[in-house]
Amino acid sequence: MTEPTIFDLSSPGRTGVTFPKPDVPHFDLPDESLLRDDLPLPEVAEVDVVRHYMALSKYNYSVDGGFYPLGSCTMKYNPKINEDTCRLPGFLFTHPLQPIETVQGNLLLMYQMQEWLKEISGFAAVTLQPAAGAHGEFCGVLMMRAYHKARGDDKRIKMLIPDAAHGTNPASAGMLGMTVKVIPSDARGNVDLDALRAECDDTVVGMMLTNPNTLGLFDENIEEVVKLVRNCGGLMYGDGANLNALLGIVRPGDLGFDVMHFNLHKTFAVPHGGGGPGSGPVGVSERLADFLPAPLVGILEDGEEDIPPLYGFVTPKHSIGRMKSFHGHFGGGLVRAYTYIAMHGPDGLRDISNYAVLNANYLAARLRGTFKIPFDRICMHEFVMEGRVEGSDVRALDISKRLMDYNFHPPTNYFPLIVREALMIEPTETENKDTLDRFADALIKIAGEAKADPDLVKTAPHTTPFGRMDEVRAARELVLCCWLPEGYDSEQ
Amino acid sequence: MTYIPTSPKERDAMLETVGVKSLDALFEAVPAKYRFPKLNLPPALTEMEAASLLSELASSNENVRGDLVSFLGAGMYNHYVPSVVNHIISRGEFYTAYTPYQPEISQGTLQGIFEYQSLMTALTGMELSNASHYDGATAAAEAVNLAFAVFRGKRRKVVVSPTVHPQYRETIRTYTQGMDLAVAGDEADSDLQASPEVLLPLIDQDTALVIVQYPDFFGRVFDYTRLIEAAHAEGALVCVVANPTALALFKTPGAMGADIVVGEGQPLGLPMWYGGPSLGFFTTRKQYVHKMAGRLVGETVDSRGQKSYVLTLTAREQHIKREKATSNICTNQGLLALASAVYLSTIGKTGLQQVANLCYQKAHYAAAELSKIEGVGLCFSQPFFHEFAVCFPKPVSEINEHLLEHGILGGYDLGQDYPALEDHMLVAVTEMNSKEEIDLFVEVVKEVLS
Repeated sequence: MTEPTIFDLSSPGRTGVTFPKPDVPHFDLPDESLLRDDLPLPEVAEVDVVRHYMALSKYNYSVDGGFYPLGSCTMKYNPKINEDTCRLPGFLFTHPLQPIETVQGNLLLMYQMQEWLKEISGFAAVTLQPAAGAHGEFCGVLMMRAYHKARGDDKRIKMLIPDAAHGTNPASAGMLGMTVKVIPSDARGNVDLDALRAECDDTVVGMMLTNPNTLGLFDENIEEVVKLVRNCGGLMYGDGANLNALLGIVRPGDLGFDVMHFNLHKTFAVPHGGGGPGSGPVGVSERLADFLPAPLVGILEDGEEDIPPLYGFVTPKHSIGRMKSFHGHFGGGLVRAYTYIAMHGPDGLRDISNYAVLNANYLAARLRGTFKIPFDRICMHEFVMEGRVEGSDVRALDISKRLMDYNFHPPTNYFPLIVREALMIEPTETENKDTLDRFADALIKIAGEAKADPDLVKTAPHTTPFGRMDEVRAARELVLCCWLPEGYDSEQ
Repeated sequence: MTYIPTSPKERDAMLETVGVKSLDALFEAVPAKYRFPKLNLPPALTEMEAASLLSELASSNENVRGDLVSFLGAGMYNHYVPSVVNHIISRGEFYTAYTPYQPEISQGTLQGIFEYQSLMTALTGMELSNASHYDGATAAAEAVNLAFAVFRGKRRKVVVSPTVHPQYRETIRTYTQGMDLAVAGDEADSDLQASPEVLLPLIDQDTALVIVQYPDFFGRVFDYTRLIEAAHAEGALVCVVANPTALALFKTPGAMGADIVVGEGQPLGLPMWYGGPSLGFFTTRKQYVHKMAGRLVGETVDSRGQKSYVLTLTAREQHIKREKATSNICTNQGLLALASAVYLSTIGKTGLQQVANLCYQKAHYAAAELSKIEGVGLCFSQPFFHEFAVCFPKPVSEINEHLLEHGILGGYDLGQDYPALEDHMLVAVTEMNSKEEIDLFVEVVKEVLS
């Protein structure tokens, strides 16, 4: 089944796309000592390339191919129109440093996107610059730090993070040398208020909270949580990974959050691309607006009746600086998300969350009798159950692999860490009842197999082009490249 | 219009199974006073209306494929992208997949990244590559994180050449503001004419990393071998920010002894897209693999003995190490790394050499023609690749205004970042610029100056 690598397919002298001969007089290259000897790239024809990557594509499971209930990742359907709009020549072929007068279409789109995200989230200002969720988080934590420093409050070093949090939260705080204090969850899956109260003092930078949390539960004491953190002078960070549950339902800004990143590649249907690119704009309350990264898009000259306003770049007063080069993930991120929001409007957005939440609760209801759901109440857009069956030693990983034989992508497994053998299931709003029923039926059937024929489950998958991988060998031998570079010391 | 496939009848049946009366009843955990805000957004458009709105926005821009002829670079370049690239990455199997956490059903993505890693290693002359970062600037910032981790925070200085892209230097400063780290070497009054060895006095036992650019921000090609040797003598690591197209012609940073080579991947088959998304490549030496951020794909075998690929060394990453991780990064630029792999494969060895040579020849023609104009001169005498700095007797903004009137997007105004380079323009020329276009550019400049 294995497809050779593109290097294996190379044949000296074979060419793909070629380029015209120079139409200018010849100029000598600099001294040979400045030139490279060889360029060891593959030599293949275009048809070789197409067949090769076609073959590889067939080894992938995808949203276009089937149900992908990967918790916390919001693998919803990616509308095709977005692929066309983001590739319009006016977007594809504009340079980020062009004079603003020549890119008013781009700037208008960005300006409106800032305004729309403000309206959806209840924040005072939005930056579109961060490249992904984790990048947005880092940006948010930088602003929290800058806010305290600007007030001369230098002793704040402690970031409060619930035990259910995504790993990026503590990692973002860690990148700034902050001390992470883990806050446990209570029996209903909420933040444990007593534990939180005990940590709230004048060294708190703030709290990073995902709400709904990674159990898929909306914190029932959210107002109290915000109050506790605020009262000790801390700021509230909202991890927007789970925003798909909240569109038109509640605005994090209204709840008292100071900063939140959006994952346009989750909530607003930007495709995940096999791991990226994402897009992670950040919204902030009035208190943090002056610290946003530069530049933002603003109106430089107001419009008049027949003249549209002039859009351009502005720098916030106490900006933390630049998060990356240029203006964020414009084409592949903002244009797709803009198209998506424009086609939904306020009612359509609310329906996204309505049905994302309905689908999750429906699946939970179908599976409750077979699998244990440890924090069991009405969930939001996802829920977490234990991937194990009484009387069988089959594990969550085995159930995940067996799902592949039924042509489903497995849920997120072993996360959050506070649930034993966790399977985190997020169906999204774009799946119909038949798909959800087939998925529930498959899981119930696998639970039966786990008891009747556990080996069948433990050796799954059986019908996929590849079986389970030897991950230990990959880490031990570390073959990270098709070929060994010259002078490469494999003993190092 | 929405993409929800549930009929009202199905909805009601599902609500009944859940045991609630209405959709609204699903949200009782949300504080009542904030529940169901009215969003002040424009009403929904149909697909037809949205297509037309977006077309209107896009066409109100002046693009560089028809509206304008571009001589603007400074970190993003107008290159030809063969059709095959977009066809491959438009396959739903690739673009609607997630990070390949389940390797049995993700071999397409995994092998694609493995090939990308191999291609980048070949191009840079390094030993290994990760699966990519957000862009060149953030890859450079992650190089600082790597060096910082290698010395366990004991060396607290980063020396950055003033001829590294200004936005990269800004990004490095943003990233490191919580790290108690000194960034030195790129002061406003730096001598831009000096050889790279001018940095040597700054490099000492406290220096974790030295960062230089190749070709530098002004397009110049320096051999950094001596600088790297000297930095190594002080125990410091060296990161070279490289332009990948230039690497088809010029000595690799790997051959110069660099420890880390990063750069902007946009020239490798990605659109400019008004600045992104693109990708940042990151390559290094094998001994630093455990300190490197980002995703990494390794070869292995499956239970049936087939050669296959998995994400490996994941214990370095945030979801395991949490606050002790080198970086919080969890995405790579997967689809665009695939695009670059397709680009490099399709144009291959010959094609990339042709592109680089065309850039070199045309840039040198443009530089030669411009410097024939009275009052116009090249700022630097060193070898350059496809970008060069030219000095005018008038402000760059004035020249660019005239160029724009003739449908030409002029170069980057260097005075914005370098006070010493007022009236200096950074001109970029690629395979996309014909001799006629270059001649027109020169003609208009002549006209403005006469």
